[in-house]
Amino acid sequence: MGKANEGTIYDSLRKRGVSRRDFMKFCSLMAATLALPSGAGRIAEALEKAKKPSLVWLEFQDCAGNTESFLRASDPTVVQIVLDILSVDYHETIMAPAGKQAEKSLDDVVKNQKGKYLVVVEGSIPLKDGGVYCTVGGKAAIDTVKEVCGGALATIAIGACAWDGGIPAANPNPTGAVGVKDAVKGITLINLPGCPANVVNLTATVVHYLTFGSLPLTDSMGRPLFAYGTRIHDGCERRAHYDAGRFVRQWGDYGHQNGWCLYEMGCKGPETYKNCPAVRWNQGTSWPVEAGHGCIGCAAPRFWDTMSPFYRRLPKVPGFGVETTADDVGIGVAAATAAAVAAHGIIRAVKHKTEEEREEK
Amino acid sequence: MRAVENALGITIPDNARLIRNLITGIQYVQDHTIHFYHLHGLDWVDIVSALKADPAKTSALAQSISDWHNSSTVYFKGVQDKLKSFVAGGQLGLYANGYWGHPAYKLPPEANLMAVAHYLEALDWQKDVIRMHAILGSKNPHAQTYLVGGMAAALNPNNEMTINAHSIAKMQQMANTAKEFVEKVYVPDLLAIASFYKEWAGYGAGVGNFLAYGEFPKDDISNTDNLFLPRGIILGKNLGKVYPVDQAKITEYVTHSWYEYKEGNNASKNPFEGVTDYKYTGPKPPFEFLDTEKKYSWVKSPRYDNHPMEVGPLARMLVAYASGHPRVKEVVGMVLKKLAVGPEALFSTLGRTAARGIETLVVAEMLPVWIGQLAGNMKKGDLRIHDNSKWEPSSWPKEAKGYGFHEAPRGALCHWVRIKDGKVENYQCVVPSTWNASPRDAKDQRGPYEQALLGTPVAIPDQPLEILRTVHSFDPCMACAVHITDANRRELLKIKIV
Repeated sequence: MGKANEGTIYDSLRKRGVSRRDFMKFCSLMAATLALPSGAGRIAEALEKAKKPSLVWLEFQDCAGNTESFLRASDPTVVQIVLDILSVDYHETIMAPAGKQAEKSLDDVVKNQKGKYLVVVEGSIPLKDGGVYCTVGGKAAIDTVKEVCGGALATIAIGACAWDGGIPAANPNPTGAVGVKDAVKGITLINLPGCPANVVNLTATVVHYLTFGSLPLTDSMGRPLFAYGTRIHDGCERRAHYDAGRFVRQWGDYGHQNGWCLYEMGCKGPETYKNCPAVRWNQGTSWPVEAGHGCIGCAAPRFWDTMSPFYRRLPKVPGFGVETTADDVGIGVAAATAAAVAAHGIIRAVKHKTEEEREEK
Repeated sequence: MRAVENALGITIPDNARLIRNLITGIQYVQDHTIHFYHLHGLDWVDIVSALKADPAKTSALAQSISDWHNSSTVYFKGVQDKLKSFVAGGQLGLYANGYWGHPAYKLPPEANLMAVAHYLEALDWQKDVIRMHAILGSKNPHAQTYLVGGMAAALNPNNEMTINAHSIAKMQQMANTAKEFVEKVYVPDLLAIASFYKEWAGYGAGVGNFLAYGEFPKDDISNTDNLFLPRGIILGKNLGKVYPVDQAKITEYVTHSWYEYKEGNNASKNPFEGVTDYKYTGPKPPFEFLDTEKKYSWVKSPRYDNHPMEVGPLARMLVAYASGHPRVKEVVGMVLKKLAVGPEALFSTLGRTAARGIETLVVAEMLPVWIGQLAGNMKKGDLRIHDNSKWEPSSWPKEAKGYGFHEAPRGALCHWVRIKDGKVENYQCVVPSTWNASPRDAKDQRGPYEQALLGTPVAIPDQPLEILRTVHSFDPCMACAVHITDANRRELLKIKIV
């Protein structure tokens, strides 16, 4: 490795004792998550050249669930991310300084790196009554989000709350909570919904940016296609039981003890687009349906209102393997939500990205 | 969930009890360790000082307190080299603008280097041991498996989609890894670091009243005398008497909180009759100050029999200690002996941080036991995980009410529910940080954070590291602000604690 690599992400990893083999393993995992055929080589090449970009992480009306998810990162680990891959310059939960010193860290990035830094937003932003329902250091969340996201290269809204308001925005939405997309317009935004988002998809988004110099292609709701392009129902390991009409009917019954389909227990897999069955959780250990509990549709729009009651089965889907009907439900929901979101102008982001991709080619 | 089970009179199967104990147990072990190293550690550990350490002396120090395998000179030299290269890169990220070099940091460079190495190791360790949540509850964070009446983790030794022998083996592995790290790294580090900060046994005492609902039922939860960590109340730092807990004595004030009671600002309400009608009366943002003579918090002021109460690991360990819990008494005794202090030292910032470590060890030791009991039930053919009898709302009485106690890692948590016509009529939660962070009540009594900060020395007013130590020792579930003023109430600075 020559001098050209000095100070790059790969150099930094190498100095921290990461072997070439482990580095390539990480690149392969990322290539697989991003569904890039023969992508590992290109990722490796890019990481060998990239300097560490700054990232600031803002928390508003949140439970730190996405922060916890971030700490579970495995390939690369959170240690590698914060020491080697990114310069995580502001993150209230895990940063060393507090108070004025902490605010200085944020100000330094916003002032000195305008247009170059990434922002992750966790939590919703309340707009009602002048934003009094969420202030940090006496400043309303809405003012911070406008300033910090407005000057960023790109913003990643992580989790359901930062996407569309999540649980604070659930009916009756007492604080007027919204997600980033409705709080600040005209920014480059990637949405990673979920409760919480899976850290694999955050890492893959960042690596996509570092590798290709652009953000991943998104759907009409600003969600990366690599993570939100496939219906849970279609990748589900219990799908054969659905098709064969073998359903769990009570928790702990014979079907439950034999891994049958959870549709009748309220599983929202037929209406939810997310890569849980493929990437799973916690280093591929499990995911809700494997662990015996249906999907609650946490990556779906306004899921607290639209997907509850969580334990009632989806309407109008006859029970016994009527494949086309379940598909229709999925398509119907997707079309309806796409239409709703187009009205919010999010489609713009996709067009923008598509054009970028075209230019690159 | 426990509140609804209590309201409807549901007894969960023994396997569901064990699975809940395991999910909560590994959560304590992982969460407390993260708190110690990653959320509280840098209040005591100066990373920059670690650059000056002699790795050979660090190795000798590490080997003198533990037989943990990562302890060679080469290992610590490697950690130090990584740290040097990180600092040389000039992008300090999370560690920029810290209070490095502050005179309140007392550890020698070697101890700082050892702690930094373990800070990094713990970050890798925590993600592995918490996979037990994924096995039993699908994912972490936000396990998706809790049901009214039991759990959704199906048991069957003869199926690949369920908890089977392989799952049990994996969990035993994780439990052992968890326990070993606590025994060989966390607890020895805690004792080593505490020995340099013994004056902190004299600061941060707080209100001196402690509430623990108790946790880890050994049989049905309605048998509240049979919890692994016992239930009880300690008043006025008196370890000679443990009072029983009566939920009816819990009330909440909104005197200084942005809520309204129609009975007025001095009223208090039991959560069964609780009301959460918000009304913000503070300044318009952006603002610098909150007027603490008026309402100044989103947190209500819960009180037990009108006493402010501290909750959390210290409360649980004190109640267990005073109740004669054999293992807790033994570990507390060991810690006090090693630090050469008496039990009165527990009522402090240092005591709070030590209690968290003591609890981590005591709970980590139980994980293999509960996994063994779960396997034992499966061996006998007991695969029950859920009581279905009240699953359908049509089977419920027209009206019901109940409360559900839980000890979260941060402390006592309770939910109160009233059900009418198959729907929730009122739901109120009093969570750990509500107790600890509560503002003053109608009698002007301070909550635990506020009380604990009285008398804390601050060496450099615009770098109030000491304030962070005490507030962080509670493991706050929130950001909060402390304003430091001089005797004339001129503000010197405001510090947001995150």
